[in-house]
Amino acid sequence: MWLLLKNGRIIDPGRGIDQIGDLLIEDGCIRSLSAACELPSPLAGEVRGEGEICDCTGLVIAPGLIDMHAHLREPGFEHKETIKTGACAAVSGGFSTVLGMPNTKPAIDNGAMVEYVLNVGKGAAANVLISGAATKANEGTEMAEIGDMIEAGAVAISDDAFPIQSADLMRRVMEYCRMFDVPVLTHCEDKSMTAEGTVNEGIACTILGLRPWPRQAEEIMIWRNILLAELSGCRLHIQHVTTKGGVEAIRWAKSRGINVTCETCPQYFSLTDQALNSYDTKAKCNPPLRTPDDVDAIKAGLADGTIDVIATDHAPHSREDKEVEFQDAAFGMVGLETALGLVVTNLVETGVLSLSDALLKMTARPACILGLDRGNLAEGAPADITVIDPNAIWVVRSSEFKSLGKNTPFEGFYLKGSVVATIVGGELRHGFLNNVQVAGKA
Amino acid sequence: MLPLTFQLRARGEGETMQLDRKDILGLQDIAPEEIRLILDTAQSNKEILARPVRKVPILRGKSICTLFYENSTRTRTSFELAAKIMSADTTSISTAGSSINKGESLKDTLLTLEAMGTDLFVIRHWAAGAPQMASEIVKSHIINAGDGLHEHPTQGLLDMLTIREHKGRFDGLRVLIVGDIMHSRVARSNIWGLSKMGAEVRICGPKTLLPAEIEKLPVTVFTDLDAAIDGVDVVNVLRIQLERMSKGFFPSVREYSRFFGINKDRLRRAKSDVLVMHPGPMNRGIEITPDVADGEFAVITEQVTNGVAVRMALLYLLLGGGGNVATA
Repeated sequence: MWLLLKNGRIIDPGRGIDQIGDLLIEDGCIRSLSAACELPSPLAGEVRGEGEICDCTGLVIAPGLIDMHAHLREPGFEHKETIKTGACAAVSGGFSTVLGMPNTKPAIDNGAMVEYVLNVGKGAAANVLISGAATKANEGTEMAEIGDMIEAGAVAISDDAFPIQSADLMRRVMEYCRMFDVPVLTHCEDKSMTAEGTVNEGIACTILGLRPWPRQAEEIMIWRNILLAELSGCRLHIQHVTTKGGVEAIRWAKSRGINVTCETCPQYFSLTDQALNSYDTKAKCNPPLRTPDDVDAIKAGLADGTIDVIATDHAPHSREDKEVEFQDAAFGMVGLETALGLVVTNLVETGVLSLSDALLKMTARPACILGLDRGNLAEGAPADITVIDPNAIWVVRSSEFKSLGKNTPFEGFYLKGSVVATIVGGELRHGFLNNVQVAGKA
Repeated sequence: MLPLTFQLRARGEGETMQLDRKDILGLQDIAPEEIRLILDTAQSNKEILARPVRKVPILRGKSICTLFYENSTRTRTSFELAAKIMSADTTSISTAGSSINKGESLKDTLLTLEAMGTDLFVIRHWAAGAPQMASEIVKSHIINAGDGLHEHPTQGLLDMLTIREHKGRFDGLRVLIVGDIMHSRVARSNIWGLSKMGAEVRICGPKTLLPAEIEKLPVTVFTDLDAAIDGVDVVNVLRIQLERMSKGFFPSVREYSRFFGINKDRLRRAKSDVLVMHPGPMNRGIEITPDVADGEFAVITEQVTNGVAVRMALLYLLLGGGGNVATA
């Protein structure tokens, strides 16, 4: 089986490639990539067997996107999302690989749970990876069996959604993870400052009469974790950075040579706390939406490389979790199916990042942090490919999401940049390519 | 007979003015003309409250539900009396003893009560934004009777009615709100309403009880009460909740009353005809000394009476207004 993508703009950001050309996929792997007409031609019989040729004129051919921060909710919250539906949402948004967070019920805090998720994930539309919990049951008191989980296939350890408050325990977790050379993904929040807090501390919060979630609660933990990373030598990855001070802290850490990387999410460069004006629970997330100053700092951090990765923090919730009083509503928004459009619209079109630099933060950078042999178009690599129409304008309609979660604050937004097709391991898992189309994948 | 006073003239246009809105969620999004109309209507209602038989048939056949997710004495009673004086039927639901205790959501509670024929909901809720959410769920009118730390518009309006009765105007008045601004929906509604009508609003409280970036609202911010009270026409004293102490917002009752309590000495710095207001319930001897609370400048019980008049006005303007008035 082969598939020839012809005459597209091939962007392989990790290897600095951005050229018009053809890409040949054979038996689930990338066979070769080159300027037009230099490939072994299937037509001349140099490639054997059945195959398809797809005209990609005007389209971008990129490595399959990798989301290193998604909540797949299974087990325990299958009414919000399952591993299968989450993976469908992933490929629908152009992501061929998705990293699940361990805050399920029960938590992914031992080797058996890791195996369970990876087994269920094998039959899913996207590559499903899993991060193990840093502490047992995410309780932040005792270290989980990290070694066991890594042996079972976990590619990272995380305290997402349940940030470890004890500096001493976080130090031990980092030291322990250093042995296995896995990154520790941290949700930075000093809970003593955010009790009942739901929105950014500032004028919007004051007017709405909601409880504040101050920037400093995030920044204090970023600084703490940076210092502990320096102490332990652990690979620290800071999740969903939202504030100016957070970006500055990480910039300082990198300049000092501390082993730290970080991510932000589309909502943090696309929206501000003004989106909460009508108590829209769909815009309630943790950390909360910040201010225009923070958005500018996030964009600057993306542009100068301080922020390595754009992840989604895809957090699907059911209607009843959101159709309640603001204070009681669940935190989080779905993100897999709007991320690329928001990146193109708010970063590429506005000149913050080139398309190639933006894609780098969604492909090769997360692959490198997680130690994956993916996120590039090198010969022999698994054929995970996302075909993008960078000029298509589309309207966000949550009813069309593949995710079970419809909780997006971007409903009705016009976005530029759409996913034409997502190929995983050489198989078309989403979209259309000329006459090739997904056959009954659910 | 209907009191003619209900037929308000809109600046000589010869038409009955109505509130062109479904809900009263706060004073942030209300226009000065609307505030004027509400206060004028409330003022005329005071005549009804002064009658020996306090009953008019204006809202006969209308059904009003007070839905309270938080404890309340004066606001709830005030709304219920206002509705009853105007002959509306009232039902009251509170958290205790209702299906809310069984876990029924706000949405389902509202839809259930609306299906029984509720024309207007009065909602008090511990969660900011709950009345706004309610307004998006039901077609019935919603009046916010206090939501979280957000707004308490009827308290703001009754405070304004009290001020206007005594001072005859808002323009150029200096009004000081003192106390726990951070946790006060009364303060927020007063700030919006008074500043809109041209008053100069000052706020004063310990830094720990001033919400972030409050200076971005049309207020002057003080932490020194002696400076704040200088030359003011009105002092509105907020209740200090004692449980704030355990959360570290202030060290002791003694120190709070020393720095932020209103007493006779402090009051001398204000104008000689200063009004002293308090939304209640009072902690006598803490935020206000008893001699001030019962003294010549205090209008605290008038505020309570005006509360009924303001709530009557709102019920009338939302439910009865204009051609919808039944003939008696």
